[in-house]
Amino acid sequence: MNHEIAALTEKFEAELKKIENALDLENMRVAYLGKKGSVTAILKSMGNLSADERRQLGQEVNELKDRVADRIAARKEELQALELKRQIEAVGEFDLSLPPDLDRGSYHPITLVQRQCENVFKSMGFTVEDYKEVVSDYECFESLNIPKFHPARDMQDTYYLENGQLLKSQTSAAQNAIYRKYRKALVEDGTPIKAIFPGRCFRNEATDACHENTFFQMEGVMVDKNISISNLIFFMKTMLSEVFQRDIKVRLRPGFFPFVEPGFELDINCLICGGEGCPSCKHSGWLELCPCGMIHPEVLRMGGIDPEEYTGFAFGLGLTRLAMMKYGIADIRDLNGGSLASMCQFTGDQ
Amino acid sequence: MFISMNWIGDFVDLSGLDKNALIHQFSLSTAEVENEIFYKGSDVSGVVAAEIKSVEPHPDSRKLHLLKVDAGGPELVDVVCGAPNVRVGMKTAFAQVGARLGDITIAPRPLAGYMSNGMCCSEKEIGISDDHSGIMDITDDIPNGTDLKSVYGIDDIIFEVDNKSLTNRPDLWGHYGIAREFATLAGRPLKPIETLDLAPYDGLPKIDMKILDPLCQRYSALQVENITTAVSPVNMRIRLYYCGMRAINFLADLTNYLMLEMGQPMHAFDSRKVSKIRIRRFDQPFTFQTLDGVERHIDENTLMICNNTTPVAIAGIMGGLDSEIVADTTTLTLESATFDPVSIRKSTVRLSHRTDASMRYEKSLDPEMTVVAIGRFMKLLMDTDPGAKVTSSLTDEYAFHYPPVELSFDKAFVDRYTGIQIPNSTIVKTLAALGFGVENKGDDFTVKVPSWRATKDVTVKADIIEEITRIYGYDNFDVHTAVSPLYPVRPAPEKTVEDEIKDLLVKRFSLHELHSYVWAYYDEYKRLGLEVEPNVELANASNPNIKTLRRSIIPTQLCQVKLNTGFAPAFGVFEIGRVVKGLDKDNLCIEEKKLAVTLFSKLESLESLYFKLRDMAAVLVADVRHKSLSYEKLEATHSYQHPKNLNAILCDGEVLGEIGVVHPSVSRKIDKKAAIVYMELDVTKLTQVADAPIVYEEPSKYPGMEVDMTFLSDKYEPIEKAIAAVNSPIIKKAVVTGTYADESGKSITVRLSFSHSERTLTREEVMEVVDRIVDTLGKEGVALKA
Repeated sequence: MNHEIAALTEKFEAELKKIENALDLENMRVAYLGKKGSVTAILKSMGNLSADERRQLGQEVNELKDRVADRIAARKEELQALELKRQIEAVGEFDLSLPPDLDRGSYHPITLVQRQCENVFKSMGFTVEDYKEVVSDYECFESLNIPKFHPARDMQDTYYLENGQLLKSQTSAAQNAIYRKYRKALVEDGTPIKAIFPGRCFRNEATDACHENTFFQMEGVMVDKNISISNLIFFMKTMLSEVFQRDIKVRLRPGFFPFVEPGFELDINCLICGGEGCPSCKHSGWLELCPCGMIHPEVLRMGGIDPEEYTGFAFGLGLTRLAMMKYGIADIRDLNGGSLASMCQFTGDQ
Repeated sequence: MFISMNWIGDFVDLSGLDKNALIHQFSLSTAEVENEIFYKGSDVSGVVAAEIKSVEPHPDSRKLHLLKVDAGGPELVDVVCGAPNVRVGMKTAFAQVGARLGDITIAPRPLAGYMSNGMCCSEKEIGISDDHSGIMDITDDIPNGTDLKSVYGIDDIIFEVDNKSLTNRPDLWGHYGIAREFATLAGRPLKPIETLDLAPYDGLPKIDMKILDPLCQRYSALQVENITTAVSPVNMRIRLYYCGMRAINFLADLTNYLMLEMGQPMHAFDSRKVSKIRIRRFDQPFTFQTLDGVERHIDENTLMICNNTTPVAIAGIMGGLDSEIVADTTTLTLESATFDPVSIRKSTVRLSHRTDASMRYEKSLDPEMTVVAIGRFMKLLMDTDPGAKVTSSLTDEYAFHYPPVELSFDKAFVDRYTGIQIPNSTIVKTLAALGFGVENKGDDFTVKVPSWRATKDVTVKADIIEEITRIYGYDNFDVHTAVSPLYPVRPAPEKTVEDEIKDLLVKRFSLHELHSYVWAYYDEYKRLGLEVEPNVELANASNPNIKTLRRSIIPTQLCQVKLNTGFAPAFGVFEIGRVVKGLDKDNLCIEEKKLAVTLFSKLESLESLYFKLRDMAAVLVADVRHKSLSYEKLEATHSYQHPKNLNAILCDGEVLGEIGVVHPSVSRKIDKKAAIVYMELDVTKLTQVADAPIVYEEPSKYPGMEVDMTFLSDKYEPIEKAIAAVNSPIIKKAVVTGTYADESGKSITVRLSFSHSERTLTREEVMEVVDRIVDTLGKEGVALKA
């Protein structure tokens, strides 16, 4: 081996050992393999050699080149591994037992139960309607077969406004408008009316843990040619089972509401005791949940629908009551009270 | 209303049937029964009739007496008794040794030195009345030693029907009507009601009586004299007591008993005070003293019963004090009438006086019952007091007849309505049991509604469905889904938008949804220095805090923020609710649906909080409608608005709402150190904004270029306008990367991104656009920062 090459090789190995970072390594690569590098310089001294010597030296220089390049590449990998190790060691082990910063917003519990109910009905092809809060006497009473001084008006002490309008005391106040909105599609295209309309209702009464003057209901109607009591029971049972995520037993009792005939009080088996009897259900095993019935022929007629041809059912679900049952809210006033300590707990759809 | 099963048993034989099961069935088929059922007499046993044979004063007590009592046994029993009314020969209720009275078992025990071997009982002690003034004074001829339960209806099952569930059933306001339901449910016959035949008195003179007002439907009267009984029979008193009424005297009890039995209120006048019955209203208001001693204000709409022109009773509500039966009354005039139900109801409301009678009248009682009730009254009267004498013929004016109701339907109608198959025979049997006249040919039915159901209750075919199905039993229904054509369902856009807003605000911005009331909170507004602005008011407000409707959600929301200042150093709340902005030209409320958002922060500057809220609005509209917003300065007009930082929010040139900083006078009352900002958007208007379509543009394959420029300007608006004005297709994006303030004033740095879809841009063509922007701004007096 050419003594120059041997010396250079020795020098290279000695220097390479001292290299500790990528930049120095690159500088070293240039110093040896660059155009002006030490290895290249050996070739430049080949001018005064014989052809054989030149070939011999050329071969050795090329071998040196390859060797140097390999050694540098290997060192580079070592350095990279060292660097990664340093980086890893520089970082502490993170303590995931520290509490998370969730900063979650929250829905009003009424929104949550309302959506659950809406989703059940949407999945069965019902539309969700929105309705105003200030309505006329006609919408809230007359069109629902409740004439003035009918005893049924006794049941709800209504907030009347000074102009003669009123704050709706029941979501049923939207029934007439819904029938009129969809009657054309029903009569001309045979599209059944399937609608739910959640909304805020008002009753003039003193508030306490169980009574509120402002609360939410969800009304639902279905009208078609052959809607029956049997269908009504089916839809009520299905909806409630979906909402409560378990098989709910329902029972119907006669109930008097002027806008339905027959009218029912719908009870469900007590969710707390399962029907055995407990303080929540006053030891009856049943909870009165939802008035419903077959839409009164007069109500259909006032909505522009011929009751001889069409029948339908209607129900009114107390969303406020449902939310209280579902989440175990004991004081109804918490719902409108605006306390974030209470309301911030309803963070997601469940 | 309390119902006695013994009383029901007078009219239908329920022997051998499970009474509790029947009551449960009644609750499911007829009307709601309250949960608690009372088993009267179940805690009383061993109480017999006994006669007091001797009474000796107790040597050491002024109150106690030493009695010898014949309780039917071979020997007299020694009893110590403290009742004031003991006397020799008196027959009383005697609890023998071993008897049970509630929790007490009677045992021989010494009392003030003497053994007492049993106890003489008051009516209260055996649970048949409230009377505890002395021991029971039995006047009936009962052998000593007879268990009182064998002669008196002490054992009874009492249940309460929720009155609210009877509003549409005038026939159920008495035991006879309830008995009809039980008979139908049990499948047993209903006995006819026993009455006294009044025909034999037809030859007697009539009472001078005239209906002068159409509000009286029917008035029936009868005059009776020589009534000598003062105290009602024990069984009658027990039933009245069990059903929640107090025994008064025989005549008063009898009218009450009849009302509880037949649902027909009756009234007895002293005939001396009422000889010329006229039923009428008066033109002028006046005061009238009812038999409870209260002076009541009578107006021109209140129907009165009069003796000629002197009012003697408020029709259907209460009798007058002056014409009441008194101790020396010898002749009475019995009234059994029906009146217009709405009129009774209105009068009740006006007088704020609801009575057992008016409660029944307002349900539309059956006028057919007035005469039956008199016949029944006389039967019960004569049974107890056979010496009573009828002194007039039945006087009856029947001015208003409800039209008879006849309904026809076929089986297909029933099938369609019920969704199940109920056999024709069941339909016929059910309706007949309930008193309907039924004709059935093949699948066709014609039904005559009985008078007691035809006053308003049963008017249409659907009512018949209820009669059939409630007795059939809803638990027996085969339940199935509906068969209806299917069509796509389009969600109401306003609902969709509402849901999107809520999700965005909760999930992206971590806000909390709250609900508040739709009226101004007077007290809380005052505390925060918020003005209650004039607006539509509730006509029947009972409380100033529930009176004036709110014009904006913001003030109520600020009250809620005040409530929550300790919740967290920074939080945001929102509500989608409704407000009323006065009345329109038709005098109707202008109702608007709003989204209100308030942010509260002790961690951020007012400015950064304001921008946070502004960005929320921009993201919201960008998300929901893919549109951008612009802002215009607004003049403050409400107490909570900030004079400087208050802007209208616009989209497509339409004002959607406003955004502002809360006025410091209000803000400091909520929290001195917190920044508070709010916005209110009209949800309906936002829904109506046309959704901008997504226009896809393929990203350029060629390298683009970015240029930063810093302008000396207070506002970004002129810069934005200048960029828009050059209208260059190669400008893809303009982003503000910073705003600065130093000695040379405020400056804004904007980064423009350029690219071309088909080639690499040259520096020259980019700079040409940049120069044009700089030129345009220069003309506006906005210079590049050196």
